[in-house]
Amino acid sequence: MRIIIERSNLLKSLAHVHRVVERRNTIPILSNVLLRAKAETLGLKATDLDIEITEEVAAQGEQEGATTVPAHLLYDIVRKLPDGAEVKLVLNSEGTQMTVSAGRSNFRLQCLPETDFPDITAGELSHGFTMEAGALARLIERTQFAISTEETRYYLNGIYLHTIDADGTLMLRAVATDGHRLARAEMTAPSGSEGMPGIIVPRKTVGEIQKLLADCEDDDEIAVDLSESKIRFKIGRVVMTSKLIDGTFPDYQRVIPQNNDKELTLDRASFSSAVDRVSTISSERGRAVKLTLADSQLTLTVNSPDAGTATEELAVGYESEDLEIGFNARYLLDVTSQLSGEEAMFVLADPGSPTLIKDGGDTSTLYVLMPMRV
Amino acid sequence: MTAPTAAFSVCRDCHRIGGENRHRCAACGSPRVVAHNELGSLSLAHLDCDAFYASIEKRDDPSLAQKPVIVGGGTRGVVTTACYIARIRGVRSAMPMFKALKLCPEATVIRPNMEKYAGVGREIRQMMRDLTPLVQPVSIDEAFMDLKGTERLHGEPSSVTLTRLAARIEYEIGVSVSIGLSHNKFLAKMASDLEKPRGFSVIGRAETRDYLRAKPISAIWGVGDAMAAKLKADGLTMISQLQDMDDTDFIRRYGAMGLRLSKLAHGIDDRSVEPDGEAKSISAETTFNCDLHRADDLVPVLRRLCEKVSGRLKATDLAATGITLRLKTSDFRLRTRQRKLQDPTRLADRIFAAGRSLLEHELDGTRFRLIGIGCSGFAPAASADPDDLVDPGFAKRAKAEAALDSLRNRFGQKAIETGYTYGAPSPKSEPRRP
Repeated sequence: MRIIIERSNLLKSLAHVHRVVERRNTIPILSNVLLRAKAETLGLKATDLDIEITEEVAAQGEQEGATTVPAHLLYDIVRKLPDGAEVKLVLNSEGTQMTVSAGRSNFRLQCLPETDFPDITAGELSHGFTMEAGALARLIERTQFAISTEETRYYLNGIYLHTIDADGTLMLRAVATDGHRLARAEMTAPSGSEGMPGIIVPRKTVGEIQKLLADCEDDDEIAVDLSESKIRFKIGRVVMTSKLIDGTFPDYQRVIPQNNDKELTLDRASFSSAVDRVSTISSERGRAVKLTLADSQLTLTVNSPDAGTATEELAVGYESEDLEIGFNARYLLDVTSQLSGEEAMFVLADPGSPTLIKDGGDTSTLYVLMPMRV
Repeated sequence: MTAPTAAFSVCRDCHRIGGENRHRCAACGSPRVVAHNELGSLSLAHLDCDAFYASIEKRDDPSLAQKPVIVGGGTRGVVTTACYIARIRGVRSAMPMFKALKLCPEATVIRPNMEKYAGVGREIRQMMRDLTPLVQPVSIDEAFMDLKGTERLHGEPSSVTLTRLAARIEYEIGVSVSIGLSHNKFLAKMASDLEKPRGFSVIGRAETRDYLRAKPISAIWGVGDAMAAKLKADGLTMISQLQDMDDTDFIRRYGAMGLRLSKLAHGIDDRSVEPDGEAKSISAETTFNCDLHRADDLVPVLRRLCEKVSGRLKATDLAATGITLRLKTSDFRLRTRQRKLQDPTRLADRIFAAGRSLLEHELDGTRFRLIGIGCSGFAPAASADPDDLVDPGFAKRAKAEAALDSLRNRFGQKAIETGYTYGAPSPKSEPRRP
């Protein structure tokens, strides 16, 4: 194998694929990236056995061949090579070492044979559709913060993606929850998604797609193929295949309150900075903010047994009977930071029941927060 | 009121302060007299119970008083504690039971009753706390206490307060203790070991250096086998060598540990007595009579342990976020598996759910001899077990557990059980493996 490639091209592709490689591995070859030289392209592939990323990048192949080298090491080397350099990758005839050379720099890396590199066999992907990068990014961004990290309920460790008939229109919906908050975002279902199974996309995969989407324009086309156990994204020249979480997402519809009758509208920006301010008083992780509602006035209170108390008043739109309810400050801030409109609407029932939060500027999202005892 | 500045002695039986007579108490004639030049100024003590578990068993069954007693684990245990009669025959703690019984076949072997011992340990600790708030337990049967500043309160030098304490423990609780009195923790601990049982030893400031000179380095608290071997490879075996060495060389070679060792070798130890270092974890474990590998056998044991840990957690005002499962395989390999919970918990239900899911990954046919569950990462109880959006049954289970707890509080632990443990044999009472 012998191939010449521009440093910036190689660096960009390595940046995409090396992230999926775990820093510590019990199986040595999982630390490596697979390089495959062809006449006009260099193919790269990396995996952690749950996610696999491949990319093809333009290069001048002089001799076809393939090998694997340590991914993070190669990335670090290429990163430090001078900008504009031409990188030459040459595998020795025994296939044991690969030389990386650029200008007067020479590195010789230990290789592992390409044949040992694992493949995630995607199998038949039953459903496929395309969507715009911006739309996918939005679905992810609005829900990702609510993904649970608790391993015991592994089926909450991802975003639940499914289609649903809402008033005659088929919608593609993303839902995430950790039991304390729930986020739901939706868009008109792209054609081809009809009848797709409901799937749970794991958190790590979600994070990787997000990074790949960051390099895209909003109207770039993303191809999505999926089955009950795998999902594949084609983003430009990058193909990412991931296993899905094998579990049943709970019936989230039941969690979304239907009969809450007390409506509170408020200015999102001033509310979130007020919550942020009053919660300064408590250093605790699960600090509670008490919301006292009376006569179109909202009073935020935080009590810290060690430090003292903080209160702030806000003028809000609230006509219903007086109410006191507590929320985790961080959860409140997480939700308000997702809202795009100037106004936020809270639909409340009582201090012990879930509260619905709607975005004044975006009807396709909604959030549910579980109150805290205060 | 004020402590005599001159040298004095104190009788350990009648607690009278004496003058010159250093061999026998002038008042009661007892030979148990402590005499030391610094008795009036030393206040830091280490209290260690003598053959604690065995002493308690002898206390509770006076017919054992003159017989060798070994406290240790049933079918395949090791010696936990041997009484002093058994020790004469060569029985030591941590010795395998069969070996101990070979040395002392007529010994009475008693299965440890940790709850009882812990109870007695608490009583003793309470007596110590009656004298000073500065009590730092080291284990169930030993603790440091600093009596500095209590002389006026007790109206006598600390050394006398301590002889009274030893006598009170012996009289009221019925086990004997050994006390080491010195000017820091390291030396106090060393002193308490000097004349066990029923000892009272003093290491004063004046003789510290000379006293330590004659000791091997391994006598320093915290120097384990590995460190001792490393020092020995460098030709260092006696504390006197450390004392004669140049500090800087030593620190250069051994780093922070070198600095500590060098200080200790000179009898300097700046650590203060920290009352009751808050518990960092609460755990329970059990060793099976015969190795287990099936979920059907292990899960009920785990459930029982979870209830125990949860019970202890509920007795505090804490909740835990970290759950640790400990398993020991039949070839003594320890497997520790941890899980962090999203929210702190006090419930057996949640501890069990996490522990069980950790256990499921380990059930690969391996046989286990021990299982344990612990919780750590403490947070205030108020933040524990919030309501859950997607698990509506959780609130019900929490309520059920509260009902279970209140029934047990009124009618005893066995009054009500979950299906997990009901009818499941205790792993300890299963028949021996042939």
